[in-house]
Amino acid sequence: MVISVGSGKGGTGKTTLAVNLAHLASIEDEIFFLDCDAEDPDSHFYLKPEWESETDVETPIPRIDKERCDYCGKCSEICPRNALAVLRDDVLVFPELCYGCGGCALSCPMRCVTFESKKIGSVKQGRSGSIRFYQGLLEVGEPSPVRVIKNVKENIQENSRVIIDCPPGTGCALVESVRGSDYCLLVTEPSPFRKHDLELAHQVCVKLEIPHGVVTNRSNGHDEIIDDFCSASSLEILGRIPFSREVAQRISRGELLVDDEHLKRHTEHIFRTVQRRCSFN
Amino acid sequence: MKVAISVQGNDLSSPVDPRFGRAQGFLIVDTETDDFEYVPNPNVSAASGAGIAAAQMIANKGVSAVITGQIGPNAFGVLDASGIRVYTGAAGSAAEALEAYKAGKLSATGSATTTPQLGVGPGWYGPGRGGFGPGRCCRGGPPGPRRGGGPW
Ligand code: SF4
Ligand code: SF4
Repeated sequence: MVISVGSGKGGTGKTTLAVNLAHLASIEDEIFFLDCDAEDPDSHFYLKPEWESETDVETPIPRIDKERCDYCGKCSEICPRNALAVLRDDVLVFPELCYGCGGCALSCPMRCVTFESKKIGSVKQGRSGSIRFYQGLLEVGEPSPVRVIKNVKENIQENSRVIIDCPPGTGCALVESVRGSDYCLLVTEPSPFRKHDLELAHQVCVKLEIPHGVVTNRSNGHDEIIDDFCSASSLEILGRIPFSREVAQRISRGELLVDDEHLKRHTEHIFRTVQRRCSFN
Repeated sequence: MKVAISVQGNDLSSPVDPRFGRAQGFLIVDTETDDFEYVPNPNVSAASGAGIAAAQMIANKGVSAVITGQIGPNAFGVLDASGIRVYTGAAGSAAEALEAYKAGKLSATGSATTTPQLGVGPGWYGPGRGGFGPGRCCRGGPPGPRRGGGPW
């Protein structure tokens, strides 16, 4: 059972919700926690895993043997990312655009394209109680975290209980992260911007056919903008996290909300509702 | 001598397109006769690497100079490697830009004048990130070992 926590945009409280749900879920049994926000992972501040291992994430980048190349341009024609420029007597490779599909090597009549690997990130693995923690980390300057996210997700074992902290946005990184989830929680806030982002994230889930619901963070009793949107789009609101000083203070100190008697009930309520929606047992 | 001008139309009265990689098209002009050929830019809405692809296309047209508004580092890298001079800051009609070029009023840039619009915009890479130069492969080095089983 895989639950992902996403939002259309950063800073809505994805991580806050994900780590607190993970903590509640881990009370019952072992759980996998995947921090797929590889550009800026921060779940470890809250779950404080003890790191056990780290593996590199590599991507192949083409290398042209210019002794044999006749500059026919076939490789550049087929490249879906325009990562190769064939000139009269040179082939330029733009590694940051290449996503390693291998098309150039297949299309080269002279067979002069080989690949070398380049490190673009890493996956760190650790433990925090009964939480098996995995974190994707993209190297500075690398443009796309998709391959790192793929590698993080390879750690999911069959029939395991998984919570995924997704990257912000609604692009490829989010798609890769939520793909295959049984349920996706979309965290939002009562503001026009967040509503707009929520709308986009909702469309992604619809396209990927992933059941999803909404959690309103920084709820201040005037959540109509989100409530109206959700009822118009037949989206369920699973719960709310209040806009309060205590919440902000705990988060800024790297503490869990569920460790506070008073704040605990909001996340517990959300957790129980999700459990019911997707038999997360 | 031939020069390429990025344009928003298909003749010399068309306005200069300030973008290079995502220009609507290019006029390849013979500076002696002012004869020109219009080449539409197939990369206007390329998912990624529009500048690289446009620069490659222009380089293969055998021009000696490019006249445009702005140029990014990837496209500049390709043009530079082909020995093509890049004149930026052109405005007005293509004919005016051509006159300015001939009168020596445009100056050649030695580097990119804008950051790479890497890839496909927000969501993928986000706008305005980067600062990547062109990567050169196997400069004089031996070919890499062929790895078994393919790269992926
Ligand atoms: S397809 Fe092969 S031979 Fe042709 S330009 Fe590319 S690398 Fe060179
Ligand atoms: S591996 Fe694919 S993306 Fe990379 S240069 Fe070759 S064709 Fe382009």
